Amino acid sequence: MKFRVPHIAPSEITPEPAYFSRRALLAGALATGASTLLRAADAPPAQGAPLSYTLNAQYSVKETPNKFEEIAGYNNFYEFGTDKESPSQNAHSLRTRPWSVNVYGEAEVRGNFDLEDLLKGQALEERIYRFRCVEAWSLVVPWVGFPLSNLLARFKPTSRAKYVEFTTLYDPRQMPGQRVPVLTWPYVEGLRIDEAMHPLTLMVVGLYGRVLPNQDGAPLRLIVPWKYGFKGIKSIVKIGFTSTQPRTTWAGAASNEYGFYANVNPEVDHPRWSQATERRIGAPFLAARRPTLPFNGYAEQVASLYQGMDLRRYF
Amino acid sequence: MTLTQRYRFIYKPLVFTACLLPLVWLACGAFGWLGASLGVDPVKELEHECGKTALNLLLLTLAVTPVRELTGQPQLVRLRRMLGLFAFFYVVLHFTIYLVLDLELNFRTLGTDIAKRPYITIGFTGLLLLIPLAVTSTNGMMRRLGRRWQSLHRLVYAIAILGVWHFYWQVKRDVREPLIYAGILGILLGYRLLRARTRRRASVAARPRTEALRAGQFTPASGPAPTLVRSE
Repeated sequence: MKFRVPHIAPSEITPEPAYFSRRALLAGALATGASTLLRAADAPPAQGAPLSYTLNAQYSVKETPNKFEEIAGYNNFYEFGTDKESPSQNAHSLRTRPWSVNVYGEAEVRGNFDLEDLLKGQALEERIYRFRCVEAWSLVVPWVGFPLSNLLARFKPTSRAKYVEFTTLYDPRQMPGQRVPVLTWPYVEGLRIDEAMHPLTLMVVGLYGRVLPNQDGAPLRLIVPWKYGFKGIKSIVKIGFTSTQPRTTWAGAASNEYGFYANVNPEVDHPRWSQATERRIGAPFLAARRPTLPFNGYAEQVASLYQGMDLRRYF
Repeated sequence: MTLTQRYRFIYKPLVFTACLLPLVWLACGAFGWLGASLGVDPVKELEHECGKTALNLLLLTLAVTPVRELTGQPQLVRLRRMLGLFAFFYVVLHFTIYLVLDLELNFRTLGTDIAKRPYITIGFTGLLLLIPLAVTSTNGMMRRLGRRWQSLHRLVYAIAILGVWHFYWQVKRDVREPLIYAGILGILLGYRLLRARTRRRASVAARPRTEALRAGQFTPASGPAPTLVRSE
């Protein structure tokens, strides 16, 4: 008699981190609920520790996420070196606790805030987003975080706040890549205030249900899924509200190649390479290249932000 | 063992094996042998490693002449053809990986890439220019082309410049590595320029002989004054 091994689709297998995070969630619920969660918030977990979160299915794509090793082993984070493997090799030198963020500019509430303080009261969500790098490769990533708008609202931006400016930590001892002037340090990114307040714009603290690995931008990073990956600034130490457009790092380094908006757009090529298609990391040989979607597939939600704008000019 | 035998049975097989090592290592990575891995993006890794190996071999080919002259080992030229052909082999491999694994045989994209992306235009030009050199690398062709063979093979200088330029232009921001390649290429080509200049000077210095000739100190029957042109 012949037995057939049942075929199990990868999507039916619960990834190990999700499995453990569910357990953690159950354990948390079984314990005294709120007090447990509060205590967890008082002593934020180290890299890789499980987080409590709920899946936001409405904002998640149906595609299969990339493996953890792909997302945490293939990074552009020049603060730790310019090879894709450098960040995973070097980012251990980053100390993510204690961590504080300086809030400045056109807002009523300003000053230094401890990370724990910033995260307090933020309900964490898992969102499975597409990630499109300006270098024409892409990933699907299960981020854990909360909408940036929830955080910004706390600071009560004034009517003069037209833009939000973010800055990465500058400390060459912790970030050895900063000893090399490949970019102007510290790294600066920015969004228009309406982009920042958009519900898809995410402050990320975790990946695959666990505290974000350093090489992916711990402890706090930005994810704007309809923009090229370099807009997603990592290891943020400053958030400012400005009335003028921030001078962002890549746009400053090569303004003909990288714009302030950096919306994913298959019709506007990078001067040196096409943006019409992308290669999905981890996809099978000869089946990895796929067409790039306008706004990375989020056009329905965000295209209205740019109505009437010449996207060739404001690339 | 004669010199020819030593080259045939020892040095050439050694160089041949060494030139294959990058390919063997990439194969190990592709199949997971010996704990090797191509990393998260195997296509890019294969593409870049083949391209870089091709550049390394191209520079090694160009290093043969300075090394043999500076060390007084003229017989080293016997290894040059193999190095050049391996450079061509890795360039072809680099292009094939780009076309098959990266573009997934999308010939339309290939066309627009070659036409519109300057770094691909110059890389592809380098590949095309290498073809006549590979085709004329045989002993028979060398004989048939005679002096024209050397003129044709000077194309390798342009090809090496295109190759390094291709590398420099495709890098996003950190150009340190391509600049190292450019520096080495600069030394290798600079050596040739310098040598050509000193030769010219040497031939100018040799001019008094002509005057002596005119003065009848040499008999015209003694033939042309000796020149410094090498025969390879």
